Amino acid sequence: MQKIFPILFFSLLTLLSCGTDNDDNVSQAIVTFNFSHNWDGVAVTNSNFNTIQYTNANGEELSITKLRYLISNITFQKSDGETIVLDGYNLVDVTNNANLTFSPTTTIPPGSYSNVSFTFGFNNEDNYNNNYADLNAASWSVPGMLGGGYHYMQLEGRFINDIMTQTGYVFHAIRAVDNTGATQVFEDTFFEVDLGEVTITNNVTFEINMNIAEWFKNPNTWDLNVLNNMLMPNFNAQMMMFQNGQDVFSLNAVNQ
Amino acid sequence: MLLFFFCASCSNENVDTYVPTPSPLQIPQLFQNNLLTPVVPQDNPQTIEGIALGKKLFFDPILSADNTQACVDCHAQENAFTDTDQFSDGIDGFFGKRNSMPLFNLAWNYDEKFFWDGRVFSLEHQAFQPVTDPLEMHNTWPQVEQKLQQHSEYPNLFEQAFGTSTIDSSLVSKAIAQFERTLISSNSKFDQHLLGEATLTTKELNGFNVFMDETKGDCFHCHGSDKNPLWTDNIFHNNGLDVTIIDLGLGEVTGDPADNGKFKTPSLRNLAFTAPYMHDGRFATLDEVINHYSEGLQNSPTIDPLMKKVDQGGVQLSAQDKADLKAFLLTLSDYHFIDNN
Repeated sequence: MQKIFPILFFSLLTLLSCGTDNDDNVSQAIVTFNFSHNWDGVAVTNSNFNTIQYTNANGEELSITKLRYLISNITFQKSDGETIVLDGYNLVDVTNNANLTFSPTTTIPPGSYSNVSFTFGFNNEDNYNNNYADLNAASWSVPGMLGGGYHYMQLEGRFINDIMTQTGYVFHAIRAVDNTGATQVFEDTFFEVDLGEVTITNNVTFEINMNIAEWFKNPNTWDLNVLNNMLMPNFNAQMMMFQNGQDVFSLNAVNQ
Repeated sequence: MLLFFFCASCSNENVDTYVPTPSPLQIPQLFQNNLLTPVVPQDNPQTIEGIALGKKLFFDPILSADNTQACVDCHAQENAFTDTDQFSDGIDGFFGKRNSMPLFNLAWNYDEKFFWDGRVFSLEHQAFQPVTDPLEMHNTWPQVEQKLQQHSEYPNLFEQAFGTSTIDSSLVSKAIAQFERTLISSNSKFDQHLLGEATLTTKELNGFNVFMDETKGDCFHCHGSDKNPLWTDNIFHNNGLDVTIIDLGLGEVTGDPADNGKFKTPSLRNLAFTAPYMHDGRFATLDEVINHYSEGLQNSPTIDPLMKKVDQGGVQLSAQDKADLKAFLLTLSDYHFIDNN
Protein backbone atom coordinates (compact mmCIF):
# COMPACT_ATOMS: atom_id res chain seq x y z
CA MET A 1 0.00 0.00 0.00
CA GLN A 2 2.88 2.37 0.81
CA LYS A 3 4.24 1.88 -2.74
CA ILE A 4 0.88 2.32 -4.40
CA PHE A 5 -0.05 5.58 -2.65
CA PRO A 6 2.48 7.85 -4.43
CA ILE A 7 1.49 6.37 -7.79
CA LEU A 8 -2.19 7.01 -7.10
CA PHE A 9 -1.38 10.51 -5.88
CA PHE A 10 0.58 11.52 -8.99
CA SER A 11 -1.96 9.86 -11.27
CA LEU A 12 -4.73 11.89 -9.67
CA LEU A 13 -2.64 15.04 -9.93
CA THR A 14 -2.04 14.41 -13.61
CA LEU A 15 -5.72 13.84 -14.31
CA LEU A 16 -6.73 16.98 -12.45
CA SER A 17 -4.17 19.10 -14.22
CA CYS A 18 -5.54 18.00 -17.59
CA GLY A 19 -9.12 18.80 -16.62
CA THR A 20 -8.72 22.54 -17.11
CA ASP A 21 -8.03 22.11 -20.82
CA ASN A 22 -11.74 21.61 -21.42
CA ASP A 23 -13.30 25.07 -21.54
CA ASP A 24 -16.89 23.99 -22.03
CA ASN A 25 -19.21 25.45 -19.44
CA VAL A 26 -16.46 27.23 -17.54
CA SER A 27 -16.98 28.39 -13.98
CA GLN A 28 -15.48 31.77 -14.87
CA ALA A 29 -15.44 33.08 -18.42
CA ILE A 30 -12.54 34.91 -19.98
CA VAL A 31 -13.76 37.94 -21.89
CA THR A 32 -12.03 39.14 -25.04
CA PHE A 33 -12.77 42.20 -27.12
CA ASN A 34 -11.57 42.37 -30.72
CA PHE A 35 -11.56 45.76 -32.40
CA SER A 36 -11.88 46.13 -36.15
CA HIS A 37 -12.48 49.20 -38.26
CA ASN A 38 -14.19 50.15 -41.47
CA TRP A 39 -15.11 53.11 -43.61
CA ASP A 40 -18.80 52.70 -44.42
CA GLY A 41 -18.39 48.95 -44.70
CA VAL A 42 -14.94 48.79 -46.28
CA ALA A 43 -12.41 47.30 -43.90
CA VAL A 44 -9.67 49.64 -42.68
CA THR A 45 -6.34 48.49 -41.27
CA ASN A 46 -3.06 50.30 -40.99
CA SER A 47 -2.13 48.93 -44.41
CA ASN A 48 -4.79 51.28 -45.81
CA PHE A 49 -3.29 54.30 -44.09
CA ASN A 50 -1.48 57.19 -45.77
CA THR A 51 -3.40 57.06 -49.04
CA ILE A 52 -6.20 59.47 -49.85
CA GLN A 53 -9.00 57.04 -50.62
CA TYR A 54 -11.97 57.88 -48.36
CA THR A 55 -14.69 60.46 -48.85
CA ASN A 56 -16.49 61.91 -45.88
CA ALA A 57 -20.12 62.98 -45.70
CA ASN A 58 -19.18 66.52 -46.66
CA GLY A 59 -17.50 65.28 -49.83
CA GLU A 60 -13.87 65.76 -48.81
CA GLU A 61 -11.39 63.13 -49.90
CA LEU A 62 -9.07 62.12 -47.12
CA SER A 63 -6.51 59.69 -45.80
CA ILE A 64 -5.84 58.35 -42.33
CA THR A 65 -2.32 58.52 -40.94
CA LYS A 66 -2.99 57.82 -37.29
CA LEU A 67 -5.82 56.29 -35.27
CA ARG A 68 -5.66 55.57 -31.56
CA TYR A 69 -8.49 55.56 -29.04
CA LEU A 70 -9.17 54.58 -25.49
CA ILE A 71 -11.87 52.30 -24.13
CA SER A 72 -12.50 51.54 -20.47
CA ASN A 73 -15.06 50.38 -17.94
CA ILE A 74 -16.26 47.21 -19.61
CA THR A 75 -19.43 46.46 -17.71
CA PHE A 76 -21.70 43.44 -17.52
CA GLN A 77 -25.11 44.18 -16.09
CA LYS A 78 -27.67 41.66 -14.88
CA SER A 79 -31.41 42.17 -14.97
CA ASP A 80 -31.49 42.51 -11.19
CA GLY A 81 -29.20 45.52 -11.43
CA GLU A 82 -26.02 43.76 -10.36
CA THR A 83 -23.05 44.98 -12.37
CA ILE A 84 -19.58 43.59 -12.92
CA VAL A 85 -17.01 46.13 -14.07
CA LEU A 86 -13.88 44.58 -15.54
CA ASP A 87 -10.58 46.12 -14.49
CA GLY A 88 -8.41 47.96 -16.91
CA TYR A 89 -8.57 50.03 -20.05
CA ASN A 90 -7.24 49.60 -23.54
CA LEU A 91 -5.51 52.03 -25.87
CA VAL A 92 -6.43 50.67 -29.30
CA ASP A 93 -3.57 51.62 -31.61
CA VAL A 94 -4.59 50.98 -35.21
CA THR A 95 -1.54 52.80 -36.54
CA ASN A 96 0.80 50.24 -35.05
CA ASN A 97 -1.63 47.33 -35.21
CA ALA A 98 -1.40 47.10 -31.43
CA ASN A 99 -3.97 46.33 -28.74
CA LEU A 100 -6.63 45.38 -31.27
CA THR A 101 -7.44 42.52 -28.90
CA PHE A 102 -8.11 43.16 -25.24
CA SER A 103 -8.67 40.56 -22.55
CA PRO A 104 -9.21 42.10 -19.13
CA THR A 105 -7.64 40.25 -16.24
CA THR A 106 -11.00 39.93 -14.52
CA THR A 107 -13.21 37.01 -15.51
CA ILE A 108 -16.97 36.83 -15.13
CA PRO A 109 -19.37 34.09 -14.11
CA PRO A 110 -21.42 32.54 -16.93
CA GLY A 111 -25.05 33.52 -17.07
CA SER A 112 -27.47 35.92 -18.66
CA TYR A 113 -26.62 39.59 -18.79
CA SER A 114 -29.16 42.22 -19.76
CA ASN A 115 -26.49 44.53 -21.17
CA VAL A 116 -22.82 44.68 -21.89
CA SER A 117 -21.14 48.04 -22.38
CA PHE A 118 -17.86 49.89 -22.47
CA THR A 119 -16.90 53.53 -22.19
CA PHE A 120 -15.34 55.41 -25.08
CA GLY A 121 -12.59 57.35 -23.31
CA PHE A 122 -12.48 57.64 -19.54
CA ASN A 123 -15.25 58.68 -17.20
CA ASN A 124 -14.26 61.68 -15.08
CA GLU A 125 -13.23 59.59 -12.10
CA ASP A 126 -10.81 57.54 -14.18
CA ASN A 127 -9.70 60.54 -16.21
CA TYR A 128 -8.61 62.73 -13.35
CA ASN A 129 -7.94 60.52 -10.35
CA ASN A 130 -5.17 58.36 -11.71
CA ASN A 131 -1.75 58.87 -13.24
CA TYR A 132 -1.30 56.22 -15.94
CA ALA A 133 2.36 55.56 -16.67
CA ASP A 134 1.67 53.71 -19.92
CA LEU A 135 -0.57 56.49 -21.22
CA ASN A 136 1.93 59.17 -20.20
CA ALA A 137 4.67 57.29 -22.01
CA ALA A 138 2.40 57.14 -25.07
CA SER A 139 2.07 60.96 -24.96
CA TRP A 140 -1.64 60.54 -24.38
CA SER A 141 -2.17 63.17 -21.68
CA VAL A 142 -4.11 66.41 -22.10
CA PRO A 143 -2.53 69.75 -21.15
CA GLY A 144 -3.43 71.11 -17.74
CA MET A 145 -4.75 74.30 -19.35
CA LEU A 146 -7.50 72.12 -20.87
CA GLY A 147 -8.26 70.43 -17.60
CA GLY A 148 -5.70 67.66 -17.73
CA GLY A 149 -6.63 64.02 -17.94
CA TYR A 150 -6.19 62.08 -21.14
CA HIS A 151 -7.13 62.02 -24.80
CA TYR A 152 -10.05 59.80 -25.80
CA MET A 153 -9.03 59.55 -29.45
CA GLN A 154 -6.40 60.75 -31.91
CA LEU A 155 -7.48 60.52 -35.53
CA GLU A 156 -5.19 62.22 -38.03
CA GLY A 157 -4.64 62.32 -41.74
CA ARG A 158 -4.67 64.52 -44.80
CA PHE A 159 -7.49 65.77 -46.95
CA ILE A 160 -7.92 67.71 -50.15
CA ASN A 161 -9.20 71.13 -49.24
CA ASP A 162 -11.32 73.69 -51.11
CA ILE A 163 -8.37 74.89 -53.15
CA MET A 164 -7.36 71.35 -54.07
CA THR A 165 -4.35 71.28 -51.79
CA GLN A 166 -3.50 68.41 -49.51
CA THR A 167 -3.54 69.55 -45.92
CA GLY A 168 -3.49 67.84 -42.56
CA TYR A 169 -6.36 67.28 -40.16
CA VAL A 170 -5.98 66.50 -36.48
CA PHE A 171 -9.20 65.16 -35.00
CA HIS A 172 -8.49 64.67 -31.30
CA ALA A 173 -11.29 63.93 -28.84
CA ILE A 174 -11.03 65.00 -25.20
CA ARG A 175 -13.44 66.19 -22.51
CA ALA A 176 -14.95 69.43 -23.83
CA VAL A 177 -13.78 72.58 -22.10
CA ASP A 178 -14.80 76.19 -22.66
CA ASN A 179 -11.85 78.40 -21.81
CA THR A 180 -13.38 81.66 -22.97
CA GLY A 181 -14.77 82.81 -19.64
CA ALA A 182 -13.21 83.58 -16.30
CA THR A 183 -13.66 79.99 -15.21
CA GLN A 184 -13.43 76.84 -17.26
CA VAL A 185 -16.71 75.15 -18.17
CA PHE A 186 -16.62 71.44 -18.87
CA GLU A 187 -18.99 69.08 -20.64
CA ASP A 188 -18.60 65.33 -20.54
CA THR A 189 -17.80 63.79 -23.89
CA PHE A 190 -17.03 60.22 -22.91
CA PHE A 191 -19.92 57.95 -23.76
CA GLU A 192 -21.16 54.48 -23.08
CA VAL A 193 -21.32 52.01 -25.94
CA ASP A 194 -24.11 49.48 -25.32
CA LEU A 195 -23.67 46.06 -26.87
CA GLY A 196 -27.00 44.60 -25.74
CA GLU A 197 -27.85 41.43 -23.89
CA VAL A 198 -25.81 38.26 -23.93
CA THR A 199 -25.94 34.82 -22.35
CA ILE A 200 -22.50 33.57 -21.52
CA THR A 201 -21.79 29.87 -21.33
CA ASN A 202 -18.10 29.83 -22.18
CA ASN A 203 -15.12 32.05 -22.72
CA VAL A 204 -16.50 34.80 -24.92
CA THR A 205 -15.22 37.12 -27.62
CA PHE A 206 -16.98 40.34 -28.62
CA GLU A 207 -16.26 41.56 -32.13
CA ILE A 208 -16.46 45.35 -32.00
CA ASN A 209 -16.35 47.50 -35.09
CA MET A 210 -15.75 51.23 -35.51
CA ASN A 211 -17.11 52.90 -38.64
CA ILE A 212 -14.63 55.74 -38.92
CA ALA A 213 -16.80 57.56 -41.45
CA GLU A 214 -19.44 58.09 -38.75
CA TRP A 215 -17.17 60.56 -36.96
CA PHE A 216 -17.79 62.95 -39.86
CA LYS A 217 -21.42 62.17 -40.58
CA ASN A 218 -24.28 62.20 -38.13
CA PRO A 219 -25.84 64.39 -36.80
CA ASN A 220 -23.11 66.89 -37.73
CA THR A 221 -21.80 66.86 -41.28
CA TRP A 222 -18.18 67.66 -40.61
CA ASP A 223 -16.54 70.27 -42.82
CA LEU A 224 -12.81 69.64 -42.68
CA ASN A 225 -12.15 72.94 -44.44
CA VAL A 226 -13.47 74.66 -41.34
CA LEU A 227 -12.58 72.22 -38.59
CA ASN A 228 -9.29 70.51 -39.30
CA ASN A 229 -6.91 71.47 -36.53
CA MET A 230 -6.66 72.98 -33.05
CA LEU A 231 -9.85 71.16 -32.07
CA MET A 232 -8.85 70.25 -28.51
CA PRO A 233 -9.60 73.73 -27.12
CA ASN A 234 -12.64 74.08 -29.40
CA PHE A 235 -15.61 73.38 -27.14
CA ASN A 236 -18.16 73.17 -29.94
CA ALA A 237 -15.98 70.84 -32.01
CA GLN A 238 -15.62 68.51 -29.04
CA MET A 239 -19.38 68.45 -28.52
CA MET A 240 -19.87 67.68 -32.20
CA MET A 241 -17.41 64.79 -31.96
CA PHE A 242 -19.32 63.52 -28.94
CA GLN A 243 -22.60 63.69 -30.85
CA ASN A 244 -21.20 62.03 -33.96
CA GLY A 245 -19.51 59.35 -31.90
CA GLN A 246 -22.79 57.85 -30.71
CA ASP A 247 -23.21 55.76 -33.87
CA VAL A 248 -19.57 54.93 -34.48
CA PHE A 249 -19.38 51.56 -32.75
CA SER A 250 -21.31 48.41 -33.50
CA LEU A 251 -21.23 44.81 -32.37
CA ASN A 252 -20.43 42.45 -35.21
CA ALA A 253 -20.62 39.16 -33.35
CA VAL A 254 -20.36 37.39 -30.02
CA ASN A 255 -18.39 34.18 -30.23
CA GLN A 256 -18.12 31.58 -27.49
CA MET B 1 13.12 6.46 -7.62
CA LEU B 2 11.25 9.64 -6.70
CA LEU B 3 13.95 10.62 -4.24
CA PHE B 4 16.53 10.29 -7.00
CA PHE B 5 14.40 12.44 -9.32
CA PHE B 6 14.10 15.26 -6.81
CA CYS B 7 17.79 15.12 -5.88
CA ALA B 8 18.82 15.18 -9.53
CA SER B 9 16.59 18.16 -10.28
CA CYS B 10 18.18 20.15 -7.47
CA SER B 11 21.80 19.24 -8.05
CA ASN B 12 22.55 22.01 -10.58
CA GLU B 13 21.65 24.72 -8.09
CA ASN B 14 24.82 24.07 -6.16
CA VAL B 15 27.15 24.94 -9.03
CA ASP B 16 29.24 27.98 -8.08
CA THR B 17 28.90 30.42 -10.99
CA TYR B 18 30.42 33.89 -11.15
CA VAL B 19 27.89 36.68 -10.78
CA PRO B 20 28.95 40.32 -11.28
CA THR B 21 27.64 42.90 -8.85
CA PRO B 22 24.11 44.07 -9.71
CA SER B 23 23.73 47.80 -10.20
CA PRO B 24 20.10 48.57 -11.00
CA LEU B 25 19.35 51.87 -12.71
CA GLN B 26 18.62 54.72 -10.33
CA ILE B 27 15.21 55.82 -11.56
CA PRO B 28 14.53 59.53 -11.02
CA GLN B 29 11.47 60.48 -8.99
CA LEU B 30 9.68 62.13 -11.91
CA PHE B 31 10.22 59.11 -14.11
CA GLN B 32 9.11 56.83 -11.29
CA ASN B 33 5.94 58.87 -10.86
CA ASN B 34 4.99 59.22 -14.50
CA LEU B 35 6.59 56.63 -16.74
CA LEU B 36 6.88 52.91 -17.32
CA THR B 37 9.93 51.12 -16.04
CA PRO B 38 13.01 51.43 -18.26
CA VAL B 39 13.99 48.77 -20.78
CA VAL B 40 16.82 46.57 -19.50
CA PRO B 41 17.17 43.24 -21.30
CA GLN B 42 17.20 40.13 -19.13
CA ASP B 43 20.34 38.90 -20.86
CA ASN B 44 22.23 42.11 -20.12
CA PRO B 45 21.45 43.27 -16.59
CA GLN B 46 23.16 46.36 -15.23
CA THR B 47 26.24 45.49 -13.17
CA ILE B 48 28.99 47.57 -11.61
CA GLU B 49 31.63 45.72 -13.60
CA GLY B 50 29.70 45.87 -16.87
CA ILE B 51 29.02 49.59 -16.57
CA ALA B 52 32.66 50.33 -15.73
CA LEU B 53 33.82 48.28 -18.69
CA GLY B 54 31.33 50.00 -20.98
CA LYS B 55 32.50 53.41 -19.82
CA LYS B 56 36.13 52.50 -20.46
CA LEU B 57 35.28 51.25 -23.94
CA PHE B 58 33.20 54.35 -24.65
CA PHE B 59 36.17 56.60 -23.94
CA ASP B 60 38.82 54.35 -25.56
CA PRO B 61 39.91 54.92 -29.21
CA ILE B 62 40.88 51.25 -29.38
CA LEU B 63 37.54 50.57 -31.07
CA SER B 64 38.58 52.55 -34.17
CA ALA B 65 40.76 51.10 -36.91
CA ASP B 66 43.69 53.46 -36.32
CA ASN B 67 43.20 54.02 -32.59
CA THR B 68 42.34 57.68 -33.07
CA GLN B 69 38.61 57.87 -32.42
CA ALA B 70 36.46 56.91 -29.45
CA CYS B 71 32.68 57.09 -29.02
CA VAL B 72 33.20 60.13 -26.81
CA ASP B 73 34.74 62.11 -29.67
CA CYS B 74 31.29 62.58 -31.19
CA HIS B 75 29.39 62.13 -27.92
CA ALA B 76 31.04 64.42 -25.40
CA GLN B 77 29.60 64.83 -21.94
CA GLU B 78 29.82 68.63 -21.97
CA ASN B 79 27.44 68.51 -24.94
CA ALA B 80 25.05 66.03 -23.36
CA PHE B 81 26.91 63.32 -25.24
CA THR B 82 26.72 64.82 -28.71
CA ASP B 83 29.14 67.23 -30.39
CA THR B 84 28.97 70.76 -31.75
CA ASP B 85 29.46 69.91 -35.41
CA GLN B 86 26.74 69.77 -38.02
CA PHE B 87 28.25 66.52 -39.25
CA SER B 88 30.99 64.55 -37.54
CA ASP B 89 34.04 63.24 -39.32
CA GLY B 90 35.35 59.71 -39.00
CA ILE B 91 38.91 58.43 -38.84
CA ASP B 92 39.41 58.93 -42.58
CA GLY B 93 38.21 62.52 -42.51
CA PHE B 94 34.93 61.75 -44.23
CA PHE B 95 31.72 63.28 -42.89
CA GLY B 96 28.40 61.55 -42.32
CA LYS B 97 25.07 63.02 -43.40
CA ARG B 98 23.38 63.12 -40.00
CA ASN B 99 23.97 65.16 -36.88
CA SER B 100 25.40 63.20 -33.95
CA MET B 101 22.59 62.35 -31.53
CA PRO B 102 22.83 63.24 -27.85
CA LEU B 103 22.75 60.27 -25.48
CA PHE B 104 20.57 60.24 -22.38
CA ASN B 105 17.52 58.47 -21.01
CA LEU B 106 18.00 55.78 -23.64
CA ALA B 107 16.51 53.06 -21.43
CA TRP B 108 13.16 54.84 -21.70
CA ASN B 109 13.02 54.43 -25.47
CA TYR B 110 10.31 51.79 -25.21
CA ASP B 111 10.17 50.91 -28.90
CA GLU B 112 13.96 50.46 -28.83
CA LYS B 113 14.41 51.95 -32.28
CA PHE B 114 17.68 53.85 -32.37
CA PHE B 115 19.36 56.37 -34.68
CA TRP B 116 17.57 59.24 -36.41
CA ASP B 117 15.95 56.78 -38.81
CA GLY B 118 15.26 53.97 -36.33
CA ARG B 119 17.32 51.50 -38.28
CA VAL B 120 18.55 49.54 -35.29
CA PHE B 121 16.50 47.69 -32.70
CA SER B 122 17.88 47.71 -29.16
CA LEU B 123 20.75 49.52 -27.54
CA GLU B 124 22.78 46.32 -27.60
CA HIS B 125 22.71 46.35 -31.39
CA GLN B 126 23.25 50.10 -31.73
CA ALA B 127 26.96 50.05 -30.85
CA PHE B 128 27.73 47.60 -33.63
CA GLN B 129 27.24 50.22 -36.33
CA PRO B 130 29.67 53.09 -35.57
CA VAL B 131 32.55 50.68 -35.09
CA THR B 132 32.35 49.33 -38.63
CA ASP B 133 30.87 52.35 -40.42
CA PRO B 134 33.44 53.55 -43.01
CA LEU B 135 32.43 57.12 -42.20
CA GLU B 136 33.10 56.64 -38.50
CA MET B 137 35.53 54.23 -36.83
CA HIS B 138 35.97 52.16 -39.99
CA ASN B 139 37.06 49.05 -38.16
CA THR B 140 36.15 45.36 -38.36
CA TRP B 141 34.89 43.40 -35.43
CA PRO B 142 37.53 40.66 -35.72
CA GLN B 143 40.17 43.37 -35.51
CA VAL B 144 38.49 44.99 -32.50
CA GLU B 145 38.19 41.65 -30.75
CA GLN B 146 41.83 40.84 -31.44
CA LYS B 147 43.07 44.19 -30.12
CA LEU B 148 40.99 43.93 -26.97
CA GLN B 149 42.00 40.31 -26.44
CA GLN B 150 45.69 41.23 -26.61
CA HIS B 151 45.28 44.25 -24.34
CA SER B 152 46.83 44.12 -20.88
CA GLU B 153 43.59 45.01 -19.05
CA TYR B 154 40.54 44.17 -21.12
CA PRO B 155 40.48 40.35 -20.81
CA ASN B 156 40.37 40.67 -17.04
CA LEU B 157 37.71 43.39 -17.20
CA PHE B 158 35.50 41.22 -19.43
CA GLU B 159 36.06 38.34 -17.01
CA GLN B 160 34.81 40.54 -14.18
CA ALA B 161 31.87 41.88 -16.16
CA PHE B 162 30.68 38.77 -17.95
CA GLY B 163 32.51 35.82 -16.42
CA THR B 164 34.61 35.17 -19.49
CA SER B 165 37.88 36.61 -20.72
CA THR B 166 37.06 35.60 -24.29
CA ILE B 167 36.07 38.87 -25.90
CA ASP B 168 33.54 39.12 -28.69
CA SER B 169 31.58 41.90 -30.32
CA SER B 170 28.36 41.12 -28.53
CA LEU B 171 29.99 41.54 -25.12
CA VAL B 172 31.58 44.81 -26.22
CA SER B 173 28.19 46.08 -27.30
CA LYS B 174 26.53 44.84 -24.13
CA ALA B 175 29.03 46.67 -21.94
CA ILE B 176 28.64 49.92 -23.87
CA ALA B 177 24.83 49.57 -23.66
CA GLN B 178 25.06 49.15 -19.89
CA PHE B 179 27.09 52.33 -19.62
CA GLU B 180 24.79 54.25 -21.94
CA ARG B 181 21.76 53.27 -19.85
CA THR B 182 23.32 55.04 -16.88
CA LEU B 183 23.30 58.35 -18.77
CA ILE B 184 20.17 59.65 -17.08
CA SER B 185 19.21 63.30 -17.28
CA SER B 186 16.49 64.35 -14.86
CA ASN B 187 17.68 67.38 -12.93
CA SER B 188 16.85 70.41 -15.04
CA LYS B 189 15.29 73.55 -13.65
CA PHE B 190 11.93 72.39 -14.99
CA ASP B 191 12.34 69.01 -13.28
CA GLN B 192 13.05 70.86 -10.06
CA HIS B 193 9.99 73.05 -10.70
CA LEU B 194 7.80 69.95 -11.05
CA LEU B 195 9.21 68.63 -7.79
CA GLY B 196 8.52 71.94 -6.04
CA GLU B 197 12.19 72.73 -5.70
CA ALA B 198 12.50 75.65 -8.13
CA THR B 199 10.33 78.50 -9.36
CA LEU B 200 10.00 79.44 -13.01
CA THR B 201 10.04 83.04 -14.16
CA THR B 202 6.97 84.59 -15.74
CA LYS B 203 8.61 84.29 -19.16
CA GLU B 204 9.42 80.61 -18.62
CA LEU B 205 5.89 79.86 -17.43
CA ASN B 206 4.39 81.62 -20.43
CA GLY B 207 6.80 79.70 -22.64
CA PHE B 208 5.53 76.44 -21.15
CA ASN B 209 1.98 77.55 -21.92
CA VAL B 210 2.95 78.33 -25.52
CA PHE B 211 4.48 74.86 -25.68
CA MET B 212 1.30 73.20 -24.38
CA ASP B 213 -1.25 75.36 -26.22
CA GLU B 214 -2.66 73.66 -29.30
CA THR B 215 -3.44 77.06 -30.81
CA LYS B 216 0.14 78.28 -30.37
CA GLY B 217 3.21 76.08 -30.19
CA ASP B 218 1.41 72.75 -29.83
CA CYS B 219 4.79 71.16 -29.19
CA PHE B 220 3.51 68.64 -26.63
CA HIS B 221 2.01 66.19 -29.10
CA CYS B 222 5.49 65.13 -30.22
CA HIS B 223 7.80 66.48 -27.55
CA GLY B 224 6.28 65.26 -24.29
CA SER B 225 5.02 67.30 -21.39
CA ASP B 226 5.06 67.51 -17.64
CA LYS B 227 3.45 64.06 -17.78
CA ASN B 228 6.04 62.70 -20.18
CA PRO B 229 9.32 64.12 -18.86
CA LEU B 230 11.35 62.43 -21.57
CA TRP B 231 10.35 65.42 -23.74
CA THR B 232 10.06 63.19 -26.78
CA ASP B 233 7.56 60.64 -28.02
CA ASN B 234 10.45 58.65 -29.53
CA ILE B 235 8.37 58.40 -32.70
CA PHE B 236 9.20 59.40 -36.27
CA HIS B 237 7.72 62.46 -37.96
CA ASN B 238 8.22 64.61 -41.02
CA ASN B 239 8.37 68.06 -39.42
CA GLY B 240 8.21 70.05 -42.62
CA LEU B 241 11.84 70.77 -43.31
CA ASP B 242 11.84 70.31 -47.09
CA VAL B 243 9.55 70.39 -50.09
CA THR B 244 11.69 67.81 -51.83
CA ILE B 245 12.93 65.04 -49.60
CA ILE B 246 16.46 63.91 -50.34
CA ASP B 247 17.30 62.06 -47.12
CA LEU B 248 14.48 59.55 -46.81
CA GLY B 249 15.05 58.84 -43.10
CA LEU B 250 12.67 56.19 -41.81
CA GLY B 251 11.49 55.61 -45.38
CA GLU B 252 14.92 54.30 -46.31
CA VAL B 253 14.63 51.74 -43.51
CA THR B 254 11.04 50.60 -44.03
CA GLY B 255 10.89 51.00 -47.81
CA ASP B 256 7.49 52.64 -47.37
CA PRO B 257 7.19 55.95 -49.26
CA ALA B 258 4.76 57.10 -46.56
CA ASP B 259 7.75 57.16 -44.18
CA ASN B 260 9.94 59.33 -46.40
CA GLY B 261 11.33 62.32 -44.58
CA LYS B 262 10.44 61.02 -41.15
CA PHE B 263 13.03 61.23 -38.39
CA LYS B 264 12.95 60.46 -34.71
CA THR B 265 11.67 63.21 -32.46
CA PRO B 266 14.69 64.36 -30.46
CA SER B 267 14.30 65.05 -26.77
CA LEU B 268 14.15 68.73 -25.86
CA ARG B 269 16.26 68.14 -22.80
CA ASN B 270 19.67 69.75 -22.80
CA LEU B 271 19.14 72.00 -25.81
CA ALA B 272 21.58 74.45 -24.25
CA PHE B 273 24.37 71.98 -25.01
CA THR B 274 23.28 70.18 -28.16
CA ALA B 275 23.33 72.70 -31.02
CA PRO B 276 23.16 72.44 -33.97
CA TYR B 277 19.66 71.03 -34.32
CA MET B 278 17.63 68.68 -36.54
CA HIS B 279 18.75 65.38 -38.05
CA ASP B 280 21.04 67.23 -40.44
CA GLY B 281 22.11 69.94 -38.02
CA ARG B 282 20.78 72.64 -40.33
CA PHE B 283 19.78 75.04 -37.57
CA ALA B 284 22.58 76.57 -35.55
CA THR B 285 20.38 78.22 -32.93
CA LEU B 286 17.16 77.63 -31.05
CA ASP B 287 15.79 80.83 -32.60
CA GLU B 288 16.13 79.26 -36.02
CA VAL B 289 14.29 76.16 -34.81
CA ILE B 290 11.42 78.17 -33.38
CA ASN B 291 11.23 80.31 -36.52
CA HIS B 292 11.00 77.12 -38.57
CA TYR B 293 7.87 75.97 -36.77
CA SER B 294 6.45 79.48 -36.72
CA GLU B 295 6.98 80.57 -40.31
CA GLY B 296 9.23 78.13 -42.13
CA LEU B 297 7.26 74.91 -42.62
CA GLN B 298 7.57 73.33 -46.05
CA ASN B 299 4.75 71.19 -47.42
CA SER B 300 5.44 67.71 -48.75
CA PRO B 301 3.40 64.53 -49.23
CA THR B 302 4.45 63.04 -45.89
CA ILE B 303 4.45 66.11 -43.67
CA ASP B 304 2.89 65.29 -40.32
CA PRO B 305 -0.68 66.54 -39.88
CA LEU B 306 0.45 67.94 -36.53
CA MET B 307 2.42 70.55 -38.51
CA LYS B 308 -0.43 73.02 -38.69
CA LYS B 309 -0.99 76.12 -40.83
CA VAL B 310 1.54 74.85 -43.32
CA ASP B 311 0.05 77.12 -45.99
CA GLN B 312 1.05 80.07 -43.80
CA GLY B 313 4.44 78.57 -43.00
CA GLY B 314 3.47 77.61 -39.45
CA VAL B 315 1.81 78.73 -36.26
CA GLN B 316 2.86 82.40 -36.53
CA LEU B 317 4.04 82.96 -32.99
CA SER B 318 4.48 86.50 -31.75
CA ALA B 319 7.96 87.75 -30.92
CA GLN B 320 7.08 87.62 -27.24
CA ASP B 321 5.81 84.04 -27.44
CA LYS B 322 8.95 83.00 -29.31
CA ALA B 323 11.18 84.53 -26.68
CA ASP B 324 9.18 82.96 -23.88
CA LEU B 325 9.11 79.58 -25.58
CA LYS B 326 12.88 79.70 -25.88
CA ALA B 327 13.19 80.63 -22.21
CA PHE B 328 11.05 77.64 -21.28
CA LEU B 329 12.97 75.26 -23.53
CA LEU B 330 16.21 76.25 -21.86
CA THR B 331 14.76 75.28 -18.46
CA LEU B 332 14.91 71.68 -19.72
CA SER B 333 18.70 71.75 -19.76
CA ASP B 334 20.33 69.73 -17.01
CA TYR B 335 23.62 71.26 -15.93
CA HIS B 336 24.14 68.53 -13.36
CA PHE B 337 24.09 65.97 -16.15
CA ILE B 338 27.00 67.47 -18.05
CA ASP B 339 29.05 67.95 -14.86
CA ASN B 340 28.26 64.63 -13.22
CA ASN B 341 31.10 62.14 -13.19
